[in-house]
Amino acid sequence: MTKFTAEDVQYFANFARIAFSDQEAEEFSELISGLVGFGDELKEVDTDNVEPMTHPLQLFNVLREDVPQDVLDRDEMLASVKEHEDGMIKVPNIL
Amino acid sequence: MTLMKKTAAELQALLHNGEVSVKEVTEDSFKQIAALDGQVKAFLALTEEEALAKAESLDNAPKEGRGPLFGLPIGIKDNIVTKGTTTTSASKMLENFVPVYDATAVEKVNEAGMVSVGKLNMDEFAMGSTTERSAFQTTHNPWNLDCVPGGSSGGSAAAVAAGEVPFSLGTDTGGSVRQPAAFCGVVGMKPTYGRVSRNGLIAFASSLDQIGPITRTVEDNALLLNAISGVDHRDSSSSPQQVPDFKTALTGDIKGLRIAVPKEYLGEGIAEDVKDKVRASLKVLESLGASIGEVTLPHSKYASPTYYAIATAEASSNLARFDGIRYGYRAEGAKNLDEIYLRSRAEGFGTEVKKRILYGTYALSADHHEELYVKAMKVRTLISQDFASVFDNYDVIVGPTSATTAYEIGGVVENQLTLYANDILTVSVNLAGIPAISIPCGFSKGLPVGLQIIGKHFDEATLYRVAHAFEQATDFHKRTPSIGEGTN
Amino acid sequence: MNFETIVGLEVHVELKTDTKIFSPSPSHYGAEPNMNIHVKDLAYPGTLPTLNKRAVDFGMKASMALNCEVADVMNFDRKHYFYPDNPAAYQISQDKRPVGQHGWIEIEVEGKKKKIRIERVHLEEDAGKLTHSDNGYSLVDLNRQGTPLIEIVTEADIRSPEEAYAFLEKLKAIIQYTGVSDVRMEEGSLRCDANISLRPLGQEEFGTKTELKNLNSFNFVRRGIANEVERQEKILLSGGKIQQETRRYDEATGQTVLMRVKGSANDYRFINDPDLPEIHIDQEWKDRVRAEIPELPDARKARYVQELDLPEYDAHVLTLTKEMSDFFDATVAAGADAKLASNWLMGEVSAYLNAEQKELHGTALTPDGLSSMIKLVADGTISSKIAKKVFKELIETGGNAADIVKEKGLVQISDEGTLRAIVTEVLDANEQSIEDFKNGKDRAVGFLVGQVMKATKGQANPPMVNKILLEEIKKR
Repeated sequence: MTKFTAEDVQYFANFARIAFSDQEAEEFSELISGLVGFGDELKEVDTDNVEPMTHPLQLFNVLREDVPQDVLDRDEMLASVKEHEDGMIKVPNIL
Repeated sequence: MTLMKKTAAELQALLHNGEVSVKEVTEDSFKQIAALDGQVKAFLALTEEEALAKAESLDNAPKEGRGPLFGLPIGIKDNIVTKGTTTTSASKMLENFVPVYDATAVEKVNEAGMVSVGKLNMDEFAMGSTTERSAFQTTHNPWNLDCVPGGSSGGSAAAVAAGEVPFSLGTDTGGSVRQPAAFCGVVGMKPTYGRVSRNGLIAFASSLDQIGPITRTVEDNALLLNAISGVDHRDSSSSPQQVPDFKTALTGDIKGLRIAVPKEYLGEGIAEDVKDKVRASLKVLESLGASIGEVTLPHSKYASPTYYAIATAEASSNLARFDGIRYGYRAEGAKNLDEIYLRSRAEGFGTEVKKRILYGTYALSADHHEELYVKAMKVRTLISQDFASVFDNYDVIVGPTSATTAYEIGGVVENQLTLYANDILTVSVNLAGIPAISIPCGFSKGLPVGLQIIGKHFDEATLYRVAHAFEQATDFHKRTPSIGEGTN
Repeated sequence: MNFETIVGLEVHVELKTDTKIFSPSPSHYGAEPNMNIHVKDLAYPGTLPTLNKRAVDFGMKASMALNCEVADVMNFDRKHYFYPDNPAAYQISQDKRPVGQHGWIEIEVEGKKKKIRIERVHLEEDAGKLTHSDNGYSLVDLNRQGTPLIEIVTEADIRSPEEAYAFLEKLKAIIQYTGVSDVRMEEGSLRCDANISLRPLGQEEFGTKTELKNLNSFNFVRRGIANEVERQEKILLSGGKIQQETRRYDEATGQTVLMRVKGSANDYRFINDPDLPEIHIDQEWKDRVRAEIPELPDARKARYVQELDLPEYDAHVLTLTKEMSDFFDATVAAGADAKLASNWLMGEVSAYLNAEQKELHGTALTPDGLSSMIKLVADGTISSKIAKKVFKELIETGGNAADIVKEKGLVQISDEGTLRAIVTEVLDANEQSIEDFKNGKDRAVGFLVGQVMKATKGQANPPMVNKILLEEIKKR
């Protein structure tokens, strides 16, 4: 079974922006190793000349006319925002 | 006796004759909830004040033009957004989140004159099959309070089974309507992908998610699906396929119906008591004039890894928006932007959610995208083709909904084969995008067993016809758990 | 050692639709913060994208105008990264199946024509706007979030800062002609990044490239590339290696500055967006969009040279913007001589626009107005001196030249009897000048003509005044 290491946890957690302590990383490495081994089973399926199924329905060309509607009220929007100023959402700087 | 165990038709008759008012029906629902939910713990939020106000206004509405669901109470799974009422997806991430709009399905039940009484518990972000993974509470199975109600729509199934509401909405990404319906002895439908708008459904896996109705009877289920179906300009993946009146499908006649039973559905990992009930059910269907043939779904054994790769990949994308900035949980005292992201998501998501996000991130990463994610989408094609081949010669596929009956709360399913079997039974249906219904088909040690009927794309009508014929020929749906008895 | 400059450009152009590409909120510049947003723009839980048909049409139109092949089947992909101006933490874009591919445009630098190939044109959504403050936080405005963009990616065919400039000038003209964008760099509706590398002359493979951002005008693109080329050259000549990195052009110092070193840390994890069904573009759709594309600058330029006999230079300048070119066409259609119309537009009109910092539509001048004036000059009704007065009136308050001339009494006096009487009066009053002239002082004539002009408020027909004056002097 492929081992998903604690370093792997931290590597992918960085993309997913989730903090893990060293101990958590160890625990999750166990959990995810199981899934990775599980996913390896797919390798035995012959999928030559098989198209990937990206969507369950054969829908296409679902388009909207270019007409404005359903504008969100700013105050309603700001009600769920923790910090805001002058109608804008406030976030700490990057660093 | 409570009104909550009556059917829609029975309740309409009472309303029509003036024997009860909408307000009384609504009050009865809250009375039941007050009496039972301390034990069942199905609801995360109740909207009594709004519900009673709406009930009163409905009582004043003219009698003409009232539909079959007019004035009837409904509970909504907590990953379906409701304007003005908290919608948490059972996650700390959205603990106090109050949406500014209603999901399309919610708009539709409101238009049908239904009265929403509250929001129902679930596994966090619909990731789980026991409802134990809710960040807030564990829901108990009304048939045996020591057991799980199934999941992720455990609250939706338990509330109907307990007689707290006659109707609820659940969501099904990999079995999350059908399996809890089976565990709780009620009727649960996973419609064809695209049948019901996903607008306002907090996405788990966008190419698999569907909202579905949970009810006590097949007829009630058909009525609720009638109400929530149809194309929606706010969901580009909703289908313009015409919606038939599902009630007209309930003819009781299944003579000549061709039923396929995949050998994988009665194979290893499926508990003997479940197999027995399913075999007995097939006899019932045969006695009603259906023919039965054994088939094989050769790729179904890969359903589970396929599902995990696709569902987690989509989930890792869908759940990226929960970043602590515009809504939802924000970690206290974060000093910079990265700390807000890293800590809000670490503290706001539970273990199962984090695990799936990590695996999904891995599946989409440059090094594994092709071998895992794209590979899974190819296997998905094969799984889907397996079903299509069967449907060339058969009208429906029948099997168990779940490998076992409800298990004990806190217990872990150790048997790997059972876990696999569970996934084979339910997730392959979502991968193919086809409809499936679970109905009660017997009891084992006091716990319900569910029969699953799977159909062709957009052929929910046939599923209702078969389920209804079976229901008329049996009386499993008439049994109710003892927890509700003696109240009212 | 001599190096060859290799440049590829990535140009983002905002499409001029009424609504966002994936939501129905209004898409226009300059609204109050967060007033033009839809729940989808906020990545609110449960919201789904809906594709704007006009955005697709515009993407196709731009692709066609840039000589691209338009896709038969395309889809949208999610590109993942966390940033406060990117609410869903993914941008909906196009990865493997963009709307347009394999295009080119022709540029001309120092008289030499050259094709620059376009690798792809893809549709995507713009991000919101983040304003950084000094006191430790930033403010997010999501009005721009979801504005439709096309990203135009060139092949690494550009060989000098001048070619980059010419490419952008031409690209801007073409896009503007199609009407899919305002292409205003100052409003951010056209943005450009440049990938720059050097290779020793004669070498086949490319060197390591750097990406240059924050290029806020075509001139900065030119200067930024030149500066970056210089920097890389210095490093290579001193035996150093170019690092793959993103740099920013600093307008104040004229230097490029390191932003970040590119590493493997960028993994956008593209995934087909399951919320958006595929788009199938059939021939009928393509034909309909193609029919909407107006005559493009190259075709117009050729027409001006071949049919209207304009010099190449005139044709080039007139076709730089569609507004100027349309105005020119309308002026000629209204009866003006093409070369005169060109002279006026490139001369007086352009000078006025530059001085006043205006665009043609911001003035009162109309093609009919300009044409009427040119005709009056051509048929001698007004002198070119009077024409300048009339022009000022036309461009500031509008109207028709004939009316202005009439109203203000500016008609040229060409009646011989009238002029002879005025000349006689002037000569009577200036006997000394006649003397001077007879004594060989030619300048005296100029003075006398001036006196006649003064007496007629400049309206006298100058050649006639000259002729009559000489005749009358001879008589004395």
